[in-house]
Amino acid sequence: MNASPANDLTRRLRYFEATARSRVAAVLDAGSFHEFLPPEESEPSPHLAMLGIPGAFDDGVIIGAATLGGRPVLVIAQEGLFMGGAVGEIHGAKIVGLLRRAAREKPAAVIFMVDSGGVRLHEANAGLIAISEVMRAVLETRAAGVPVFALVGGSCGAFGGMGIVARLCSAVVMSEEGRLALSGPEVIETVVGVEEFDSKDRALVWRVTGGKHRYLTGDCDELVEDDAAAFRRCVIELLAGWQEPAPSSAELRAEQERLTSRLRRLAGLRDGLDVWRAIGADDPHQIPLMDRDSLVALKKGLPT
Amino acid sequence: METLEFQFAAQPCKPVVGAALSGVVGSGNLEILIRPCDEADACLVSVKTSAAGFGRIWEAVVTEFASRHPVGGTRIAINDMGATPAVVTLRLGQALCEYTGGVS
Repeated sequence: MNASPANDLTRRLRYFEATARSRVAAVLDAGSFHEFLPPEESEPSPHLAMLGIPGAFDDGVIIGAATLGGRPVLVIAQEGLFMGGAVGEIHGAKIVGLLRRAAREKPAAVIFMVDSGGVRLHEANAGLIAISEVMRAVLETRAAGVPVFALVGGSCGAFGGMGIVARLCSAVVMSEEGRLALSGPEVIETVVGVEEFDSKDRALVWRVTGGKHRYLTGDCDELVEDDAAAFRRCVIELLAGWQEPAPSSAELRAEQERLTSRLRRLAGLRDGLDVWRAIGADDPHQIPLMDRDSLVALKKGLPT
Repeated sequence: METLEFQFAAQPCKPVVGAALSGVVGSGNLEILIRPCDEADACLVSVKTSAAGFGRIWEAVVTEFASRHPVGGTRIAINDMGATPAVVTLRLGQALCEYTGGVS
């Protein structure tokens, strides 16, 4: 806090705009990242080639090992700029392989930088199967005692199957700019109509899927600034006190009860503003204007 | 998608890493991967681009780049999603800079 604001801005790596490779470099310990299957050792997706679409050597996801705050971690970083971070066959196989390695090698954690619209529709069934394998692998890794932390703050957010994957992780860290949901705004508008959801209304999209909303409703665990260093600090802190709980069906039933009662309480509400009022925020219109610290303070004061 | 291949004679370059990557295959952008090839004074360029019909412009941009830098002994693979010539030149420079440790 002693640096001048101008310095802060010039030094800050905006997580939202950064590429996956620059996020990896900025979030993990400097110089510690070792990539598995780097671009020179991999091939672009054959499915995309068949459709006449140029692929990416890494198929839009970077995996590897690194240290974070000195502790060994395995890392997944999706590249939202390539095909919306969508999960194809190779992309998914890289994630699954990394998670299975984590279950075997037991690093301190898996850092999963999610930036994805979900399944890569060009690869159809292969993409769908890939996502379901990722889901299973996340749960198996957690069951082996290795926490998986999802970081959501990229331009594609975490949608479709990747929205589910993010919520299967041990904890979700988001920035205000991040978005997390199942069907994306454009999908809802296309299927049900603009009266149901106007995907061009960016403020509405963020009030319904954005980081602040997810934080207030408890769908993400931590809210950070749109800054790679803030994500880094947050995950180091999470890691320091984390004990991955053993899978428990009683816990799952309690969580199901909690979500069912939340759904009953909030059913029919059409906007984040209504939800925030319903959960006890006195002046919901102020929430979109609040900075991160004020919002965290506000959440602490809400009735539980 | 169009696939283009070019080959140039060039002064050998001195790599400091095994391979270098710049850019992302995003809209109006491209990725460039530089790796060594067997012939020390040849530069092999292979382009996969989503925008068909721009072969002559690609040839001009890559020829100009190969004439300005010692790029011998390299295989340059490009995945393009409609980058403009200026962006292509910038990414080529970035990749070569990383490949040779800033000396090009």
